Amino acid sequence: MTPLSPAETVAILLSLKVAAVATLVALPIGLAIAHLLARRQFAGKTLVNGLVHLPLVLPPVVTGYFLLLGFGRKGPIGSFLAECCGLVFSFRWTGAALAALVMGLPLMVRAIRLAIEQIDPRLEQAAATLGASRLRIFFTVTLPLALPGLIVGAILAFAKALGEFGATITFVSSIPGETETIALAIYGLTQVPGGDQAVLRLAAISVAISLVALALSEAMARRIARRATDVT
Amino acid sequence: MIEVAISLARPGFALDVTFHAGSGITALFGPSGAGKTTLLDCIAGLVRPERGRIVVDDRVFFDGATGAMLVARHRKVGYVFQDGLLFPHLSVEKNLRYGMGRGGADSEESFQRLVGLLGLASHLGKFPSQLSGGERQRVAFGRAVLSQPSLLLMDEPLAALDEGRKHELLPYIEALSRTYRIPVLYVSHAAGEVARLADDVVVLAEGRVVAQGSPQEVLGRCAGAPESRFERLSVLTANAGAHDEAFGLTTLHHPAGAIAVAGRISAGTSVRLVIRATDVTLASHVPDGLSIRTSLKGEVRSIEADDGAIAMVIVSLEGSQTLAAAATRKAIAALGLAVGQPIWCLVKSVSIDERWLAGA
Repeated sequence: MTPLSPAETVAILLSLKVAAVATLVALPIGLAIAHLLARRQFAGKTLVNGLVHLPLVLPPVVTGYFLLLGFGRKGPIGSFLAECCGLVFSFRWTGAALAALVMGLPLMVRAIRLAIEQIDPRLEQAAATLGASRLRIFFTVTLPLALPGLIVGAILAFAKALGEFGATITFVSSIPGETETIALAIYGLTQVPGGDQAVLRLAAISVAISLVALALSEAMARRIARRATDVT
Repeated sequence: MIEVAISLARPGFALDVTFHAGSGITALFGPSGAGKTTLLDCIAGLVRPERGRIVVDDRVFFDGATGAMLVARHRKVGYVFQDGLLFPHLSVEKNLRYGMGRGGADSEESFQRLVGLLGLASHLGKFPSQLSGGERQRVAFGRAVLSQPSLLLMDEPLAALDEGRKHELLPYIEALSRTYRIPVLYVSHAAGEVARLADDVVVLAEGRVVAQGSPQEVLGRCAGAPESRFERLSVLTANAGAHDEAFGLTTLHHPAGAIAVAGRISAGTSVRLVIRATDVTLASHVPDGLSIRTSLKGEVRSIEADDGAIAMVIVSLEGSQTLAAAATRKAIAALGLAVGQPIWCLVKSVSIDERWLAGA
């Protein structure tokens, strides 16, 4: 394989940046929502659950359109964030990250929620009888025991972010160096004559990135499992 | 001082319980489904009763009249669960320290002392999955005690262990109660455990208190009519006397006669014995030529009989304790047993489980 062209390098680094930021920002949000859904009873629980899962069933183009309406330069949230913190989404890599986050969140919430529901609630009650606050119980009992699920959720969200296409192209278009991730670049190349070779190379690269991410998560999950249950 | 008067209704189940408990070990005794665990959960603050009051040492845990409810983490109640519920991802040491405050040298000293008392020094670095069932329960005891509770709740802490391991844990429970002087509410449906450990027994059935008193008073007439004669038992107190080295027997002194049991018990120790009604033979005089080593003298107090083949004879032993004996109605008729009649109760020494005796 010939060395990567500058344009390819840019697309790969951008993809990694978008996916990593989307996953890292999604983690605390996904964890909070999953904990809420797994452990609390409240009015509107079904609504929250539905909203989180909506991007999973909606056509991605529709999700992207809603993002455009809400987080675009003239959208209510978008204009507010631009004014107060200078955070602009439209036609920026941050917008690509936001689209990836929204698309990956349902997968992450599902994985973490399942993991939390697997934990015996009596363990958390035992911690309460030992004087632990809700916050301490969460960080010392719930979170460590849900860690394997957290990792699975993060990997799923990361993989989804790498491959995200429809919502991203609708929301922030495909601007080389700013929003053109590997997936968008591949699509762009398939639209021009003679791009076959480049498409193949980018496709191979995305396969490689996915495999490395999977292998890393496997290794991490195994280490955690060993720490918790290994018998000498 | 623990005052509980609560009620709670669930589909197909109602709890309506009133009792007081003092220092020492109070057993909450009753069959499965009697509401024992729900009761403990209410006292620990994990379940909210519908009505009533829970007060421990003048601290109001729950008051239905005002709606006041102290949350679990502020109750200072140590809870030992049936299956231990150790944190699987934490080492034994971290489990033990979980409920400890950030105390200084004082708490470090009490930690070391408790680890010694429970024999856990060599297990501190292990994880719960590497421990045996009995070791896990010892860690659960330690974890609860180190949170400096004003009350210790134990929910059938021996139930998950096999028969052979159960009696090994009894001395630890007794030592904890004695050393730390924490009142203990001990839930169990095993009469042997209750007879050995409890200072006071609250008998529960179908969500209600049906009797309260000392093990001797309560267990004998336990719950009025046990489902089967095999569950009917009596508790006697006796003092350990001489030990016969050659035969490995200890003689226990009881006002109604000497009781021989296997094993060595140090002389002078007060011992509670559990004798099943089906292990007692009645005799109008002490016969010759029997293998029986123990014969207790008393008089027939009452005979519980219906149309069935088997009746229960309640004997007042000399020295005021009572002993229940199961016998066929035919045997009672043949012996001509009547209330007030003197009688000998014969007990096979081998039917007394020496592992459950204090000091054994």
